[in-house]
Amino acid sequence: MAYFIPTAAEDVAPAEVAEVDLYHPHSFVTKYVFSQDAKVIAIQYSFTAIAIGLVALVLSWLMRLQLGFPDTFAFISAEAYYQFITMHGMIMVIYLLTALFLGGFGNYLIPLMVGARDMVFPYVNMLSYWIYLLAVLVLLASMFVPGGPTGAGWTLYPPQAILSGTPGSGAGIILMLVSLALFIVGFTMGGLNYVVTVLQARTRGMSLMRMPLTVWGIFVATILALLAFPALFVGAVMMSLDKILGTSFFMPAIVEFGELSDYDGGSPLLFQHLFWFFGHPEVYIVALPGFGIVSDLLATHARRNIFGYRMMVWAIVIIGGLSFIVWAHHMYVSGMNPYFGFFFATTTLIIAVPTALKVYNWILTLWKGNIHLTIPMLFAIGFIVTFVNGGITGLFLGNAVVDVPLSDTMFVVAHFHMVMGVAPILVIFGAIYHWFPKITGRMFNQTLGQIHFWVTFLGAYAIFLPLHYLGLLGVPRRYYEMSDTLFIPESAVTLNAFVSVVALTVGVAQVIFLFNMIWSAYKGKKADPNPWRATTLEWQTPENPPAHGNFGPELPVVYRWAYDYSVPGAKEDFIPQNVPQEEVPNTEGGLGLPMPAAHQPAE
Amino acid sequence: MIAAILVLLVVVGTVVFHFWSPWWWTEIASNWGYVDDTIIVTFWITGVVFIAVLLFVVYCMVRYRHREGQKAEYEPENAKLEWWLTGLTTLGVAGMLTPGLFVWGQFVTVPDDAVEVEVLAQQWTWAYRLPGEDGILGTSDTKIITFENPFGVNPDDPHGQDDVLVESDELHLELDQPVKVLLRSIDVLHNFYVPQFRAKMDMVPGAITYYWLTPTRTGTFDILCFELCGVGHHAMRGLVVVDETGAYESWVDEHPTFAEAMEEARNEMSTEPKLVLKQDDAATGARAVTQ
Amino acid sequence: MSFFRQLTEKSWLPGRSKGELPEGSVYYLPAQTIAVRLIMMVATVVFSLFVVAYGDRMALSDWHRFSEPSILWANTVVLILSSVAWHWATINARQGRLDGVKTGLLAGGGLALVFLIGQFMAWRQLADAGFYADTNPAYAFFYLLTAVHALHLLGGLVAWGRTVLRVWRGVAVAKVRLTVELCAVYWHFLLVVWLVLFALLWFT
Repeated sequence: MAYFIPTAAEDVAPAEVAEVDLYHPHSFVTKYVFSQDAKVIAIQYSFTAIAIGLVALVLSWLMRLQLGFPDTFAFISAEAYYQFITMHGMIMVIYLLTALFLGGFGNYLIPLMVGARDMVFPYVNMLSYWIYLLAVLVLLASMFVPGGPTGAGWTLYPPQAILSGTPGSGAGIILMLVSLALFIVGFTMGGLNYVVTVLQARTRGMSLMRMPLTVWGIFVATILALLAFPALFVGAVMMSLDKILGTSFFMPAIVEFGELSDYDGGSPLLFQHLFWFFGHPEVYIVALPGFGIVSDLLATHARRNIFGYRMMVWAIVIIGGLSFIVWAHHMYVSGMNPYFGFFFATTTLIIAVPTALKVYNWILTLWKGNIHLTIPMLFAIGFIVTFVNGGITGLFLGNAVVDVPLSDTMFVVAHFHMVMGVAPILVIFGAIYHWFPKITGRMFNQTLGQIHFWVTFLGAYAIFLPLHYLGLLGVPRRYYEMSDTLFIPESAVTLNAFVSVVALTVGVAQVIFLFNMIWSAYKGKKADPNPWRATTLEWQTPENPPAHGNFGPELPVVYRWAYDYSVPGAKEDFIPQNVPQEEVPNTEGGLGLPMPAAHQPAE
Repeated sequence: MIAAILVLLVVVGTVVFHFWSPWWWTEIASNWGYVDDTIIVTFWITGVVFIAVLLFVVYCMVRYRHREGQKAEYEPENAKLEWWLTGLTTLGVAGMLTPGLFVWGQFVTVPDDAVEVEVLAQQWTWAYRLPGEDGILGTSDTKIITFENPFGVNPDDPHGQDDVLVESDELHLELDQPVKVLLRSIDVLHNFYVPQFRAKMDMVPGAITYYWLTPTRTGTFDILCFELCGVGHHAMRGLVVVDETGAYESWVDEHPTFAEAMEEARNEMSTEPKLVLKQDDAATGARAVTQ
Repeated sequence: MSFFRQLTEKSWLPGRSKGELPEGSVYYLPAQTIAVRLIMMVATVVFSLFVVAYGDRMALSDWHRFSEPSILWANTVVLILSSVAWHWATINARQGRLDGVKTGLLAGGGLALVFLIGQFMAWRQLADAGFYADTNPAYAFFYLLTAVHALHLLGGLVAWGRTVLRVWRGVAVAKVRLTVELCAVYWHFLLVVWLVLFALLWFT
């Protein structure tokens, strides 16, 4: 480790930057539109992501209408259906989940939770949002060009993605690839900020191991994203050239409808490797922030320290590392060298071990706790149920030979919706309810929250559980209609209709959520600055909601980890991170808790 | 309390649905019973974990719910417990992985007595080529595909002359005869899947992929394309018929060899020089819409 | 390895009186330095993946060997000189000599521009000879790799432009020292990338 001696004003570590040095907005435009305040950027990211997410939600209704009631809706043609599935998948994975977890929660929570005034590079942070918005607009534009958006499936596999047998293979696919490239550039700008802020801008006393797991999850996910998105970028650039210039990176010799194309010699599998080298870490880019947030929700609302904090951190780091050597488990039946299957099946099942450990530690946090079944807690429990369900079906699909009959069936659809659709979205809801009083300064409506939770949780479970069994039966995914087969019973049609009705209901229930959020933001009861009696720094800000600069004139100093709940001898059942041991109110009515005898130095 | 009961209902409902719902895999018609067995092993191991974890959650929700004066226990970590759980999980994972790898080993090792069958996919139809009397498929190339030679068989390869061409969506296989299915595509990715056979593989243009199986009962089964291949993907179907040996051989005899087909094409060319490219209904319909 | 050593801290043990609290940064480095290192890390991943794709595609049968335009040798020399100029600027910045910084900046940025023009001429030569991106993947990769490298260099030139403006507006040398150093590091990085790409293109 090289020691750098600061010699110029510019070289001072960011934690030392005095408040006067911060950028200050002077007008409405610089304060709320081209804002450099991470909290405002977070809200911009979240609104954009949720808005585009609603588009994806509507697309899923249209898909379910077609699957549940085939031959009923004339306006859903096969082209349209394949365009719906593609746009739905792409929006949900990239433009909603990635953007909301990292751009939304990352921006809001990282500076507040580590005790920083803002991100380290606020200007770059602002650029990041505007490029993201541009990417979203380009994506939306692709829906209005001749031929419509691409219908190649969210995996965009060549050759079909750029051939005329696929809907949207003209301007649609080009705009899709441009949008992805923009997203990646924008994300990289934001990602640099998150990583550098966590590494360098923590407040005094906030050692790495005193950070809340939310920050750990977002931090590691960001590193994964910085390393994984380049693969998608490379694939997207090369595919654009195949489409626009007629190169043959991924395109072999092809006879398309009786005519030999000009392409020759390219390798479709190369794209798949690039795609999944991005695509698998992407799963964890979505999952790790969810893991982190759910840990904090469980600890806070069960009034108990997160169980096995160190193991939780190590598991996040190990899962992040392993996620780069499992990608080809998406390709067991892709035609790649079949002997790769041995390696990737093994690494994939190994990753289940640290993941399972995280589940155990979550439920051990509930054990011997003091569980308040608040709305965020309910969502956290909903996450555990759906994540465990979706996680164990991952053990089916990760095991090469079990994947052979199940791949590309509804089982896969059910698996990934459960594990990286429903589970992370339940966390997002839980997190929004949890931090809503901090963001808006007001409380949401409890009854509406209860209704929203139970309809969403039970409904989503009822949608995706049966789909596993349709997959086991052999019903393929990405089929516009099944029509007649020799092996699918009539009852499957009824089941599909049932699933569609539930899906529409769950979709409509989200209106309750939107109404609750918007109404409560203006008319809700004024919230206590720390309504959940939580320990982390974002709840200890002088203003509620926190002002620009987050912590007033002086940054908080951290004396303890983020999970001092129900500490023996303390009067309250939580001790905020910025309270020193000598000043903790104790049960005897005085101040101070004993110093621990053993003390392992951090450095 | 209501919340705990509802979560309990989710667990019970899942188990009930698993055992009593009418949707389960179709009866197997190939040698890949081991695949089904591995799935069953996986269901048991993961099912036990699923039930145990969620019942524990329900127990905690009831036993440790907030009541007046209750305080949670402060316990930063319990390394011993965590290592035990890690160890047990590792055992469970090994229990699924080990049979999985063994069966995968069988899946990728084609037996010597397997006969070859080529499946040729294009948007959105199937065709088949059998090796003929010499038992060897002639070489082929996408670039020499013409209307007369839709399989792109190399006309200079002597092994190709007796290859039997089946230009129909229906394929017959011989009962109890191991088959190595060679998969070719001439346009985009496809996937040749028969749910009763449990085995599938993508077909990649520019490459020949394969898998093997032994049909174990007679019958007629659906062939479905299992890799998104464009707007007609869902209509890309076929049938596979598993026959006793006699019936199989008479089916083979109905089809021309490559040499015969070329001869016939040459004759037709001389009488009727202008041929219109024949296209599948699904293909024409879909093309008309996309253009 | 201080990052990983910190991960073993038993952080639930409270304590430490105010004076001996750890600082809130992992590395004794300015944030900008870490940011530039991260950018180089991401760029390394991008270039490595291109190289892997190149190797994968090269192995296929239709690959066409061709001799690259010899102007690339001249371009390489120019880029090396550009890096040297940046190094010169760094030394002067550390010693606080404004004139040297100015000379170094002008030479470094100017030579980089010359390099880009040279790369463009190489493109023109190939295209004039009738070799386009769709002629063969070997040409496609040539255009692609040189273009991606040039884009990275253009990004560097944006930072260079800002620095030049600041220096000519009279900002103290000490204030731009870090920027000059980081630009120089980035330039050396892009030189190494170019040497690797050039070798790859030349020998295959």
